[in-house]
Amino acid sequence: MEEFDVRAQRLAALALLGFLLFSYPLLAAFNVEASVFGIPVLYAYFFVAWAALIALMALVVERRE
Amino acid sequence: MLATWTVVFISFCYLGLLFAIAYYADERADAGRSVIASPYIYSLSLAVYATAWTFYGSVGRAAENGVGFLPIYIGPTLMIALWWLVMRKILRISKQNRITSLADFIASRYGKSALLGGVVTVIAVIGILPYISLQLKAVSASFTTITGGVPGADTALWVALILAAFTVLFGTRHLDASEHHEGMVAAIAFESLVKLIAFLAVGAWVTWGLYNGFGDIFARAAAAPELSAMLAPLGGVAGDYSSWIWLTILSMFAIIFLPRQFQVTVIENKDEKHLRKAIWLFPLYMLAINIFVLPLAFGGLLHFPKGSDADAFVLTLPMAGKQELLALVVFIGGLSAATGMVIVETIALSTMVCNDLLMPVLLRMRALRLTERRDLTGLLLGIRRGAILLILLLGYLYFRLAGEAYALVSIGLISFAAVAQFAPATLGGIFWKGGTRRGALVGLSAGFAVWVYTLLLPAFARSGWLPLSFLDTGPFGIELLKPLALFGVSGLDQITHAMIWSMLANVGGYVTVSLLRAPSVEEHRQASLFVDVFKRPREAASPRFWRGTASLRDLYDLLARFVGAQAAEEVFAAYARVRHVERSQVQADADLVHYVETQLAGVIGAASAHIMIASVVKEEALSLDEVRTMLDEASQIIVYSHRLEQKSQELERATQELRAANERLTELDRLKDEFVATVSHELRTPLTSIRAFSQILYDNPQMAGEQRAQFLAIITKETERLTRLINQVLDLARIEAGRAEWRVAGVDMRALLADALARMSQVFQERRIAVQLRTPERVPVVRADVDRIIQVVLNLLSNAAKFCEPGRGRVEIGLIEEGGFLRVDVRDNGPGVDARDREIIFDKFRQAGRSPAGGSGLGLHICRRIVEHFGGRIWVTSGGGKGSCFSFTLPCADATLSRQAA
Repeated sequence: MEEFDVRAQRLAALALLGFLLFSYPLLAAFNVEASVFGIPVLYAYFFVAWAALIALMALVVERRE
Repeated sequence: MLATWTVVFISFCYLGLLFAIAYYADERADAGRSVIASPYIYSLSLAVYATAWTFYGSVGRAAENGVGFLPIYIGPTLMIALWWLVMRKILRISKQNRITSLADFIASRYGKSALLGGVVTVIAVIGILPYISLQLKAVSASFTTITGGVPGADTALWVALILAAFTVLFGTRHLDASEHHEGMVAAIAFESLVKLIAFLAVGAWVTWGLYNGFGDIFARAAAAPELSAMLAPLGGVAGDYSSWIWLTILSMFAIIFLPRQFQVTVIENKDEKHLRKAIWLFPLYMLAINIFVLPLAFGGLLHFPKGSDADAFVLTLPMAGKQELLALVVFIGGLSAATGMVIVETIALSTMVCNDLLMPVLLRMRALRLTERRDLTGLLLGIRRGAILLILLLGYLYFRLAGEAYALVSIGLISFAAVAQFAPATLGGIFWKGGTRRGALVGLSAGFAVWVYTLLLPAFARSGWLPLSFLDTGPFGIELLKPLALFGVSGLDQITHAMIWSMLANVGGYVTVSLLRAPSVEEHRQASLFVDVFKRPREAASPRFWRGTASLRDLYDLLARFVGAQAAEEVFAAYARVRHVERSQVQADADLVHYVETQLAGVIGAASAHIMIASVVKEEALSLDEVRTMLDEASQIIVYSHRLEQKSQELERATQELRAANERLTELDRLKDEFVATVSHELRTPLTSIRAFSQILYDNPQMAGEQRAQFLAIITKETERLTRLINQVLDLARIEAGRAEWRVAGVDMRALLADALARMSQVFQERRIAVQLRTPERVPVVRADVDRIIQVVLNLLSNAAKFCEPGRGRVEIGLIEEGGFLRVDVRDNGPGVDARDREIIFDKFRQAGRSPAGGSGLGLHICRRIVEHFGGRIWVTSGGGKGSCFSFTLPCADATLSRQAA
């Protein structure tokens, strides 16, 4: 059916993944005073995870079925 | 510091540029060549989400608690992942129902309720006021910062008035039946680019110009004791995890339900397909504009003394570094962010105020006699312009009353919490058919009331307009009703507290009241239109449930009053075109009434349109059962019509095949007639001469012996010709009917040619024609019928003999293998064949101009049928008077076999 096609399901799964990535307890695991390449771990985690999520979304919507 | 007039002048130049862009885009749209019909422009226009809040406030928020600015952008990213499910549906519904605003959407869903539309509008306007005041505050503050301030001038008021004038010029120059503002969208997309570039520029300058990259800034921050707590802020300065999650959810709702987001995402959308690119481009934009927020925040904290205004760091940092040009770019970037928001937001809100709040009321006031006025376009525009001015002035008022006690982000979050109230009614409305008008009304009102009590009133209290005891001890000293700790629930931050209570009231009210009473007819019908939008074919109009009467004249007049006579005429003409009828034959039936209503809804909203249509249409009420039956019938009919369509397609295909077959038959019949006619003619010629000569012989028994012998010879010859002709006709008939017997075997062409020549040697000798046969040593075998191929060769040889001049004739027979084919050439030095005859001599009964008597005109045709049957080709080449060369080819059998056989 058009409304719940494969793409919609994959994107919904990504939304769920994103929600897990940016909530307790994963955030707590990175909420430490340390740094990677001079950047605090928490901040680095936010931007890397965010970018990865966007890349996955792009992959899902742009892929030809 | 920059001179005040420089900044003012450049700001106006910038606004002028925006206007020029908008004007150009509008012109292009009128010419039918839209500049905004692109997924990239669409994505950029969505970035109107990033306002002065993002531009100035994020840094302020980050300087306070490190990561607190992030949920505002991560929430939307998560929601956008769900857009394929949610927004695609909202888009489809809105396009089918010509929705003009969020209020229109909700009102339409719940039975085109004018009351509900009005409630949504009131909530939206009041809820958004803090947000607009935020923009005014940011622009006036940044102006004061960059110029040092103008003594005695109320900058915020001036900003409000200038923006109001600009928005009026921008968004309400004329009334568009489709409620599209292409110029506005183009300008907004441009502003999104400007603010992104400005922010990245200042971010890059602070990171690499003022400091030595990200690592340097963070290392210094870690070294500063008062900042180190911000490097792992969650659970500490950034609040606990539950407030983090609530901020994320709040932003998820905001990206859909902020009136300006709904405007650019849904109303201004040109093509549903643009959603695809926007799903990743827009989050990418948000990621990009946030990369430098933390370096800017830490850079500012390290650079300025404690207690500086962190909301202004973006501007004060380059000014402190004497980068005046950069500061100006930043100011323009901030101006872009703020103006973009104000323009779209006020246009969206003014549409709501006009269509969903004022028009339904005005139209119902019989004393105004509006329903009888001839032209209402001016009134509509006037209301919208007034609404824009009013909203901005109210925003200014809020800024004066309550805005100064809060940081930018805190002001904005109050608005987010207000628009989140639309989520249950809208999301419930598109996925759940059970939601009713009463449920939505109760849910929205309850949620909004809680919002006012827990967020708006405390804001006034903090600014000193209500006694502070209202916050500390509750109204009238009732502790349980303390607005920041309702029913004794404390320990939550203000936003989380307000969200939990308001959502509880909203969702609870919506669901409970919806379940208490069954939906009405109109609600049921609209619910199925919205929830099942994907179940109907895209082009199919919505099903009709209407029984009533209307007059064509009334409908036309009604439309003309709101869109003008010319546009109304165009609408009716378009309707006639779609229905494939003449303009004069348009009937005032259910279809037309619905059509006019949707057109009207595009101008004044669904609820108002419904009222207007009701004023000219005498509608008969339908019972719920009738509607249910009609719905069932309608879906049945859709299924049937689908099947019918399939059947008719099949039928059409069959018809086409039949027609082709019939054409073929007709052609064959014509050929047969022609054939019979020709054959009769060919038979009659020899028969006539036989009969004539026999008659002479019969009538003259005393004829001289010599002459008698001559006549008898003619008769014999004609008889032979007759026999040959009949044989060939029979032969051809067998071949054409596919009844000929083909005895296929391996044929050695050298032997075959020698055999054929031997049979013809008598003829050649009689005519004293020299014959030469040239064959190679070895040739491959061909698979064919020996007798048939001999027939071909004999035919060619006898033709050659016939056309050669006796005594001087020469015939050469050649055999060549080339390209997997064996080619036989029969070359003579007769008169040759004219170029124009070379094709037709192979047709039935066709002979070249100068043919000696005796040919039936069938021989070469039979040859061609035979050669083609075995996969070969036959043709003639000729050099005019230098004789002709008949050639035919036959495909060789498997090469290895042929070597052995040869």
